[in-house]
Amino acid sequence: MSYDTILAEYPLPPSVKEEIKEELEKIKVKKSVAKKIVDYCYKAYLSNLLEPGEAVGIVAAQSIGEPGTQMTMRTFHYAGVAELNVTLGLPRLIEILDVRKNPSTPMMTIRLLSEYAKEREKAREVANRIEATYLKDVAEIEVDLKETIITIKPDFEALRRKDLSIGELRDKIEKIIKKNAELIEINGKFIVKVSKESYKLLMDVFEELRELVVMGIKEIRRVIIRKEGEEYVLYTEGSSLKKVMKIKGVDFTRTITNDIYEIYEVLGIEAARAAIIKEAIETLEEQGLEVDVRHIMLVADVMTADGELRQIGRHGVAGEKQSILARAAFEMTVNNLLDAALKGEVDNLKGITENIIIGQPIKLGTGDVELIAKLGVRR
Amino acid sequence: MRLQDHILVPKHEILKEEEVEKLLKLLGVSKEQLPKIKVTDPIVKEIGAKAGDIIKITRKSPTAGVSIFYRFVVE
Repeated sequence: MSYDTILAEYPLPPSVKEEIKEELEKIKVKKSVAKKIVDYCYKAYLSNLLEPGEAVGIVAAQSIGEPGTQMTMRTFHYAGVAELNVTLGLPRLIEILDVRKNPSTPMMTIRLLSEYAKEREKAREVANRIEATYLKDVAEIEVDLKETIITIKPDFEALRRKDLSIGELRDKIEKIIKKNAELIEINGKFIVKVSKESYKLLMDVFEELRELVVMGIKEIRRVIIRKEGEEYVLYTEGSSLKKVMKIKGVDFTRTITNDIYEIYEVLGIEAARAAIIKEAIETLEEQGLEVDVRHIMLVADVMTADGELRQIGRHGVAGEKQSILARAAFEMTVNNLLDAALKGEVDNLKGITENIIIGQPIKLGTGDVELIAKLGVRR
Repeated sequence: MRLQDHILVPKHEILKEEEVEKLLKLLGVSKEQLPKIKVTDPIVKEIGAKAGDIIKITRKSPTAGVSIFYRFVVE
């Protein structure tokens, strides 16, 4: 006997249906009794729904704001066991809601395809492909001012560890200096000779060589390999979802970054919404604060409603309010009033803030009800 | 490589003509009043939706299990 047919008649959310079904199967009742139970559950569900017109925004604001007062103001902590530096607490929450284009500590969690995830050696191989390796990491660079040459002594041990051949290194160096200098190879050393005798040019080439990325992704400064359960996972300092996705061995479907704007650009608005919720909840939970997801979901929905990421604040949600008075009450009062006056804007007094300012009842609760009466002619 | 396979991306599908009318009637709104999504959105490009379409998004929700959301494709 299945209770699904009974449940199918009710427009309950799938998770609630699942729960009811589980309980029904435990007690194993007749169909008629089951129907009564489900009916009762449905009534309880309806009475727990929010009423239309409920001020959910204010409730969400308070529910996030109050725990926010208990958050650490300045934290620059180490997350988990890894040696990675991650912004946490209030600064991180502000970063999420402000949709900063460059978070202060960008970080990625990279999961690998099964053939690379099981052995440390294989994981190391992928990590090498991702982590930025500079020329100065694999070679010694010296400038000889007298001869106006630069000598590059490759460190063969480092090259072997990075699995990089001398030929590849040579190609990379040649590519960057091709206009300004020529490359000569003498018994295992590279000598870079600038095209004209100029100290400025020499130093410019030297700087370029120092910053040359010979392997990996420029944005990823460091990669840490950690074992999680059965598989090895890579954690990175720095983030570039687009480039990492294309690296061989990376399981891109399970690779994420903490840079929400990057997720928005690469995976779209819905992924950004999911990321906002995930990051905000994780930040709050890490601080030991319990905030209902519904509040965070509401915030994420508002931020993504227009199809593009909008921050909470004067350049986003709060700055796009229709009412002049509401905008002026939030931030930059004088500027807002002045601009509105210049443009000849009209405030229709439909919102909450503006009605409070001028001392009228607000359109919420009892204030939302209007009296409609038929006026009969008095005799 | 399909971006839709990513764990953060919920299922997106273009709503059929007849379903659009049914939906708008049920919700009592016009297309423009729905939440929006840009034509330049990577997922919109991937499923080949055009401006004016409505996209049905089936999200996994921590509260409701599964929740359905609609977005109107705009320029």
